[in-house]
Amino acid sequence: MQKIFGRSAGLTDVPFSFCPGCTHGTIMRLIAEVLEELEIIDNTIGISPVGCAGFSQDFFTNDFIGAAHGRAQAVGIGVKRSLPDRMVFTYQGDGDIAAIGTQHAIHAAARGENITSIMVNNAIFGMTGGQMAPTTLEGMKTSTSPYGKNTVTDGFPIDMPKLLSNLPGAVYVAAVSVDSPKEIVKAKKAIKKAFQVQIAGLGFSLVSVLSTCPTNWGLSPVDSLQWLRDNMMPVYEMGELKVTEEVAKL
Amino acid sequence: MALERILLKGNEIIGEAAIRAGCKLFFGYPITPSTEVVEYLSAQFPKRGGDLVQAEDEIGAIYMCYGAACTGNRVMTASSSPGVSLKQEGISYAAAVELPMVIVNVNRCGPGLGGLGPAQSDYFQSTRGGGHGDYRTIVLAPSKAQELYDFTMDAFDLADKHRNPVILHTDGFLGQTMEPVWLKERPEMPQVDRSWVVDGAKGREKRVLASYSLTNEIGEANNLRWEAKYKHIEETEQRWEEFHTEDAEYLLVSYGTTGRICKSTVLNARKRGIKLGLIRPITLWPFPKKAFEPLIDNVKGMLTVELNTGQMIEDVKLATECKKPVHLFRRQGGMLPTEHEILENLISTFNLTNEEA
Repeated sequence: MQKIFGRSAGLTDVPFSFCPGCTHGTIMRLIAEVLEELEIIDNTIGISPVGCAGFSQDFFTNDFIGAAHGRAQAVGIGVKRSLPDRMVFTYQGDGDIAAIGTQHAIHAAARGENITSIMVNNAIFGMTGGQMAPTTLEGMKTSTSPYGKNTVTDGFPIDMPKLLSNLPGAVYVAAVSVDSPKEIVKAKKAIKKAFQVQIAGLGFSLVSVLSTCPTNWGLSPVDSLQWLRDNMMPVYEMGELKVTEEVAKL
Repeated sequence: MALERILLKGNEIIGEAAIRAGCKLFFGYPITPSTEVVEYLSAQFPKRGGDLVQAEDEIGAIYMCYGAACTGNRVMTASSSPGVSLKQEGISYAAAVELPMVIVNVNRCGPGLGGLGPAQSDYFQSTRGGGHGDYRTIVLAPSKAQELYDFTMDAFDLADKHRNPVILHTDGFLGQTMEPVWLKERPEMPQVDRSWVVDGAKGREKRVLASYSLTNEIGEANNLRWEAKYKHIEETEQRWEEFHTEDAEYLLVSYGTTGRICKSTVLNARKRGIKLGLIRPITLWPFPKKAFEPLIDNVKGMLTVELNTGQMIEDVKLATECKKPVHLFRRQGGMLPTEHEILENLISTFNLTNEEA
């Protein structure tokens, strides 16, 4: 019998520990497959943040460094500057990259640091129990916006990929989703390109992936996917937001 | 190779020593009075091999150090008091992951924005861990240009030897003063275990460097391991300078810039018949308790001289178990004491008789 599907060599045999319906596992699998296909697993150093995304260090088979809240990109830059021929990626939630670590995200992109950042956007702080994030949508109820996010007092959602795509040092920025097989295929292509950009030494790349948090959203896994489509996709600009000429030639 | 003697500003000496100690990576953010460190290395690294990032802030800089240290390469950052406050979060993480790195603190006066004058008001911050959690950093306190050079090199060796952050604790006076210094080459770096570094898992199992302890049992085991390391450092790395202590009835205790001024005070006191000596701590942590043990029985009293409200005095009392009186003479806010002021304070503090004084 021919084996047509198996676990990626980029993943350990540690079972994913995420809540039912969470798409972290899908996104990590895509990254692992990309690392395997590009044959860079043993040449790659991942940087994990805090929060649910922090568990990434257990699931990948490449070397990993655990960073503090928001600091993953600064840590990644230190690694890359020290070992320029290694591949470095950060795996961060929206709380990490769009709240506490905003300054590092903006300046990593501005300097054109040759690292790849994967941002997982579920519009909420997941592990701490569903608090409001800068990515929380207008009117969305969270444990710290119990009456719904009010843009007057709480501000507007930050579209991080859109923001970073304005910086010249960011050469590839994409916003994708993993809510359906079709979107998953697109997401993998974007993640692969982001790593190819780094291999080619072209500059900073970021892929934002829309993700679900059924537990903190209070929805079933299936309803969460529909909620993402109905509510997040219209707010966050999707697709390849920035592809420089050099990246397009890859 | 013949020794070369050059004239440089204190902060530039730190940069030169770092390069000669094999430091290839520097991440910093300008802040007076430490800025010449980043300026010097910005000019030198492109010519001499090395990479530098002027980070978005001190937090970014310390975590870039963290990342680079994980790869096993020598890395340094430099800042000044308010900037070091921002770095404390990252220093705690570096201590937890046991990363060798050198952090230079060219003290200015605080609290808050404070002023640019020399101060020693970050003594607690450097010696008590500073950031969150129960950790220690080795702290070296130079008092002159040659020591800025030598201790910077030592700092890298100590960081590697103990896999721990090391702070070079200096001040605006030393950082901004030009003095000649002998540029000694280090022929080779000490061989240390690098089997822990993260540099890509080629030919080996993956490695993870992180500080999260999932269970309380792991948390306690980690804390016990670190505690044992800190105890070992306390036992083996205490450093100090003694000056006319053999027959001393009174002791000055002072480090860095004031420690240097105190040497003149000792000589002046001796001319007046006062048997005064000086203990100048070189490691602020571990505090050189061993320096006091053979002297304390013959000593009538001690005076710490500090540029703060009295921070090191607590360590002197602990080290001497309050067996003899310890008093404080301090200036603050960027002011430096004169050697005469210190002597007058000693005489009045201990009511030294005409015979003694």
